[in-house]
Amino acid sequence: MGAGHGHRLHFHGHSPVHRAPAHLKLLALLGFMLVVVATPRDWYAAFAAEALLLLGVVALSRVPVRYLAPRMVIEVPFAVFALLMPFIAHGPRTEVLGVTVSEPGLHAGVALLVKGTIGVLASLTLASTTEPQDLLRGLQRLRMPDLIVQIMGFMIRYLDVVTAELGRMMVAMRSRGCDPRSPRHWPTLARAMGALFIRSYERGERVHLAMLSRGYDGRLPSQGRS
Amino acid sequence: MHVPDGFLDAPTSVATGVVAVAGVALALRGARRELDDRTAPMAGLVATFVFAAQMINFPVGAGTSGHLLGGALAAVLVGPWSAVLCMSVVLIVQALLMADGGITALGTNITLMALVGVWVGWGVFVLVRRLLPRRTSSVVPAAVVGALASVPAAAAVFSLLFAIGGIAPVDPGTVLGAMVTWHVVIGIGEAVVTGLVVASVVATRPDLVRGARPALETRELEIRSARR
Repeated sequence: MGAGHGHRLHFHGHSPVHRAPAHLKLLALLGFMLVVVATPRDWYAAFAAEALLLLGVVALSRVPVRYLAPRMVIEVPFAVFALLMPFIAHGPRTEVLGVTVSEPGLHAGVALLVKGTIGVLASLTLASTTEPQDLLRGLQRLRMPDLIVQIMGFMIRYLDVVTAELGRMMVAMRSRGCDPRSPRHWPTLARAMGALFIRSYERGERVHLAMLSRGYDGRLPSQGRS
Repeated sequence: MHVPDGFLDAPTSVATGVVAVAGVALALRGARRELDDRTAPMAGLVATFVFAAQMINFPVGAGTSGHLLGGALAAVLVGPWSAVLCMSVVLIVQALLMADGGITALGTNITLMALVGVWVGWGVFVLVRRLLPRRTSSVVPAAVVGALASVPAAAAVFSLLFAIGGIAPVDPGTVLGAMVTWHVVIGIGEAVVTGLVVASVVATRPDLVRGARPALETRELEIRSARR
C-alpha cells in the first residue's frame, strides 16, 4: 500500500536533483551540513555563501518555494529559543533597538537561526526530491547495516497502513463524543493505543509468516537490486 | 523536541554520532536475541507504532503541547534492545524523510531519545519491578515510574551536551534547571499515557509485554471449578 507511492514530503519531478543517486545526495547533505555547523558564528559572509549554494540547489530541483515554505514551520520551537538567546545568555551587554541584550547571545541566536533554517531547508530538499525506495538503496550502498535498512523499509511500507488505522480509531472515538486531546479521555485514548500496538505486533507476525512462506532467509531479495 | 542542526557544535555532534553508532550496533546484536529472525518485520511494525503514537499531542500548559517520546513504552513492550532499534529507525526516518531533526544532530537525537530514553526507562522499570510483588499488575506502576524518569534524564543529558558543545554562553545551571523542570511536566504526561497503554495491553495480551515475562513465567495454570 505505502510502497512506491511516494511519501508526504515527496514532490514528483525529473530535475537533475531528483535524478541524482540517493547515496550521493545523502553524502552531500551530510557534508554540507557539517560545514554549516562548523562555520564560526560571526562569519556572516560564509553563511551567505552557504545559503546561496542551497538556494541554487533548490532552484535546480524545481520544487516550488510555495511547497517548501509551509513545511519549514517544523523549526518554530527552536526559532523561539534562538530569539530568547540574547536575553538569557551572559557576557558583555550591547544595545539593539533600545533593548539591552547579551552580545555573544545575540550572535549565537542569529547563528542558531541561520544554521537551523539552512538545515531544515536542506533536509526538506532531500526529502522532497528522493523516493523512499531510492533512499533505502542509497543507505544500503553507504554500508548501513542490512537489518537497519530492512527495519526502515518495513516502517516506510507500513507507515500509511498503521497511521490510517490510528486515524480510523480517532474518527470512531470522536463520533462517540470523545475528545482524544483532553486528559479526561486519556484512558480511552490509551486503550486505543494498546489496541493499535497489539494490531501492529500481530501484523508484524503475519508479515513474518508470509515472508517465511515465500522463502525469506534473513535478506530481502528486492533490496539488493540497484 | 528534536535537536536541529547547529544547536551543538561540530565536535559534539560527531562525538554523539559515534556514541549513537556504538549503541545501535550493540542493539543490533541484542535484538537478535529478543526477536531472532523475526527482527526486521517485528521491529519495523513496532517502529511504525511508535511513530503513530508520537503523533498524539497532549497539552502541557502555556498553550504548548508535548507528545509521547515512547522510549520507555517501547522498552516495556518489546524489550530494551529492540526498543533502541525501533526508536533509532523512527528518528532516522524522521530526519531523512520528514526534515524533523537535523542530519548532523541525528547522532545527538539517537543518543538522547533512543539510548538514554530507552535505557533509563528500562533500568528504572526493572528496579521498580524488583521492589514490587511478582504479578502482572506490578508491570504498570513500574512502567509509569520508568517513563517518568526517562524524559527528564534525556533532558539532563541534553543540558550536559549543551554545556560542553553549546553555541551560546548560557549558564549551564540555568539550562539544566529549565530543561529538567519543563521535562518533568512532559514526563508526567508521558508516564500517565505509558502506564495506561501498558495497562491496556497487559489486560488483553500480557504475553506480548516483554516486561511482564518474569511475572508470567511464575504464574501457574489455575483450574477453577464451574460451580461456586
